[in-house]
Amino acid sequence: MNDHILEMRGITKRFPGVIALQDVTLAVRRGEVHAICGENGAGKSTLMKVLSGVYPHGDYEGDIVLDGKTVEFRGIRDSEAEGVVIIHQELALSPYLSIAENIFLGNEQLSSRGVVDWNRTNARAADLLRQVGLTERPDTRVMDIGVGKQQLVEIAKALSKEVKLLILDEPTAALNDEDSAHLLGLIRGLRDRGITSIIISHKLNEIEAIADSTTIIRDGRTIETLEMHGAEPVSEERIIRGMVGRSLDNRFPEHTPSIGAEVLRIEDWTVHHPVDQSRLVVDGASITVNRGEIVGLAGLMGAGRTELAMSVFGRSYGSRISGRVFKDGKPVHLHTVDQAIKSGLAYATEDRKHYGLNLIDTVQHNVSAAALDKLSRGGVVDRRQEGTVAERFRKDLNIKTHTVQAFVGKLSGGNQQKVVLSKWIYADPDVLILDEPTRGIDVGAKYEIYTIINKLAEQGKGVLVISSELPELLGICDRIYTLSQGRVTGEVPRAEATQERLMQYMTMEKDGKAS
Amino acid sequence: MSVDMNTTPNLPAGERARVPLSQRLGGLGGNARQYGIFGALVVIILLFQVLTDGKLLLANNVASLFQQNAYVMILAIGMVMVIVAGHIDLSVGSVVAFVGGIVALSMRDLDLPWAVAILIGLAAGALVGAWQGFWVAYIGIPAFIVTLAGMLVFRGLALVLVGETVAGLPPEFISIAGGSLPNVLGFVGNADVVTLVIGAVAFLALAFTQVRARQSMRKHNLHAEPVGVFITKLVLVALGIGALTVILSFSAGGTPIVLVIVGVLVVVYSFLMGRTVFGRHIYAIGGNRAAAALSGVSTKRVDFWIFVNIGVLAAVAAIVTTSRAGAAIAAAGQNYELDAIAACFIGGAAVTGGIGRISGAIVGALIMGVLNMGLSIMAVDPAWQQAIKGLVLLLAVAFDLLNKRRAGTR
Ligand SMILES: Nc1ncnc2c1ncn2[C@@H]1O[C@H](COP(=O)(O)OP(=O)(O)OP(=O)(O)O)[C@@H](O)[C@H]1O
Ligand SMILES: [Mg+2]
Repeated sequence: MNDHILEMRGITKRFPGVIALQDVTLAVRRGEVHAICGENGAGKSTLMKVLSGVYPHGDYEGDIVLDGKTVEFRGIRDSEAEGVVIIHQELALSPYLSIAENIFLGNEQLSSRGVVDWNRTNARAADLLRQVGLTERPDTRVMDIGVGKQQLVEIAKALSKEVKLLILDEPTAALNDEDSAHLLGLIRGLRDRGITSIIISHKLNEIEAIADSTTIIRDGRTIETLEMHGAEPVSEERIIRGMVGRSLDNRFPEHTPSIGAEVLRIEDWTVHHPVDQSRLVVDGASITVNRGEIVGLAGLMGAGRTELAMSVFGRSYGSRISGRVFKDGKPVHLHTVDQAIKSGLAYATEDRKHYGLNLIDTVQHNVSAAALDKLSRGGVVDRRQEGTVAERFRKDLNIKTHTVQAFVGKLSGGNQQKVVLSKWIYADPDVLILDEPTRGIDVGAKYEIYTIINKLAEQGKGVLVISSELPELLGICDRIYTLSQGRVTGEVPRAEATQERLMQYMTMEKDGKAS
Repeated sequence: MSVDMNTTPNLPAGERARVPLSQRLGGLGGNARQYGIFGALVVIILLFQVLTDGKLLLANNVASLFQQNAYVMILAIGMVMVIVAGHIDLSVGSVVAFVGGIVALSMRDLDLPWAVAILIGLAAGALVGAWQGFWVAYIGIPAFIVTLAGMLVFRGLALVLVGETVAGLPPEFISIAGGSLPNVLGFVGNADVVTLVIGAVAFLALAFTQVRARQSMRKHNLHAEPVGVFITKLVLVALGIGALTVILSFSAGGTPIVLVIVGVLVVVYSFLMGRTVFGRHIYAIGGNRAAAALSGVSTKRVDFWIFVNIGVLAAVAAIVTTSRAGAAIAAAGQNYELDAIAACFIGGAAVTGGIGRISGAIVGALIMGVLNMGLSIMAVDPAWQQAIKGLVLLLAVAFDLLNKRRAGTR
């Protein structure tokens, strides 16, 4: 009965100064959905890169047995030839190419004369898109569709390669609940067609819902493999216990708000699309944040939450911006990021790779990047003090790296996110706007981050949290605004907030009716 | 969080020994690369020392090595900053000719003192840089295009100004490139004492700053390299500086003036890039422009000043070049941009920006210079010299890339 499609035995992978994986074993049965759980930096992504040939044979120790025979992949082409396809944590689509071109990138559909056969390309792409439930035309450019759909294009691409074993590294991290549900449904469908999947996720409710078995990795070692449908069903708490080595009693820390004076007021804020200047993105939004208060901003994908935040933050987004901003009751003009920072605002982005970090520089330099003024005299940086600061954040936020001199690009996804947060906490703003602050962060570290947010509020700062995870907003916020199609459609105090009520406001159409 | 989250693998001694040396060296971060370039320079020097029967390191050859290649080093300093910020400057060769013409004409036709002419030249360089910086930073035209245009524009203007040559320049001006520091302290044997003193001071200053940096790193529990590596490094540096000093002290003039100019520029610009907020901003912009902008870096202003800066450095190179030729020549500076760019890439700068160091660019320039010198002493046909230099550029970068890939740091 134990028909294993894959066995990884004694896998050890070293990086300079770090052992990322140590004697890891993983056994995946044919036709199951196998989840991998573990804290940030546990080695999940690295294990999958070993499996898919990103780290070629010889770069690691141990054996990979696929379908009963030992394989030695020299690269990703080798693994794909064997039906192993990986979809990385950071999506790898080419934004300017069409969906069809992306699907067949590196696998172009040629006619008998050796040139690209566009009819076949588009026809086959359309067929694949149908299989993943996408209604988009194959010649749509990838940059014009949302992340959720891009994730589906990745899967269509995998299907085009006759995939036997599909690896998904945090596929739902950037998706809202609806898109996530669709994706999980799709993975179930693939399982019914006999395709085995390995899925990495920090959203444990999804794991509970979809996985047949779960392997837990901690500090580069296999801890255990849990049967999800065994005699006793496996709860989220059980997975957490494996991941962190103890139980976590509460997902959200206690927080008694002590709300002070208004610190930020945005009035009648209107923003247009940066290219298509006639398109409204934010439509007359007004919100306030008080000192000591944690305010949530809920909304579906494309509701304009990030756009609102970024346009306020030194006009970093949009065109034809109008409206008023008041800081501590006084009107301010924030035309550049520098002005916004000097006025006491900070914006921690949701897209750390593109807007948050300099991946080819060190942790230390990234942490200090927004507040070099504080660390320099006469334009000369005090590197000692800078090092001390970075070291402090490494400890406080538990950033997993052997030194703050390490390059940020070498950190695991969740630890990169902690570097973004460090940068803005160190800037010491009065108002901190956090855009998806816990994206890709493990359960234990989430708790840490909530604790930090609480502490910031207790210090009298105003915090504005944008999040696609409603339980998170309900768990930490004192007040929640909902945004729909660029308009503020609701404002709900903590006591009255429920998931249903927020959803109702979040889906409200322009004419005021719930859709 | 619980303790076990904190454990970056703390390996037992036996485990640590199994980590390959290349990987452990890789743990030193960017430094390992830097050592590689220095190693390559040493290898090339030794190679040509053998191939030329010991002529390469004759005192007068070493002095003229610096005099011949000063312009590349000066331009490479500016160029590496431009490249780190993610741009390129193709115009420096033409700017050298143009500014050279201005300097020469101010002396010959306007009868201005040479010092004033130099200031005018530097100001002209700054203006040229401001012109190109304006288009790049504030209008948003890619630097490749702006400086390609600049290459044509300033070559044209140089032709208009200079005609063919402007000669008859004052001797003080001529001695900038060819002259040496006066040997006011006399000789020990045949060795110029001024040179020896400069060498000793340079080493002591370097050793002092290194020791202090190390001390402060240890005081703050930051990762410092092991004592062994540190001392070896200091000894090697002492040997290098010592050898150079002694050799130069026996040359006809002692320390070339251009070496002093280059030395000062290297110190100042290394400090600027490594220690100041401005330098940080350059690396931040090159590494991720959008993230830098969202961290409050005024990307346009930084871009602008980088171009003003390379304009000024091109003017310095123009002064050296004009002085060396004894005249302003409209065709001067041909291909200088390529020499400077090659030096930067040999020295480890990344084509995509964000990575590169002043010291690397200087070593890159020296590698090209030694190659030039060695091949000339061996009387290799200039046509072949050019081909060989091209191949060295390619191989140097390929070697660097493969090295990085093997260390698993892709
Ligand atoms: N190229 C690399 N060079 C050096 N260290 C690396 C490299 N890639 C990963 N690491 C290290 O290996 C460890 C495991 O990283 P990995 O990305 O596999 O974690 P993860 O479990 O996927 O975490 P997350 O949930 O945050 O994505 C981390 O400590 C990370 O810093
Ligand atoms: Mg990962």
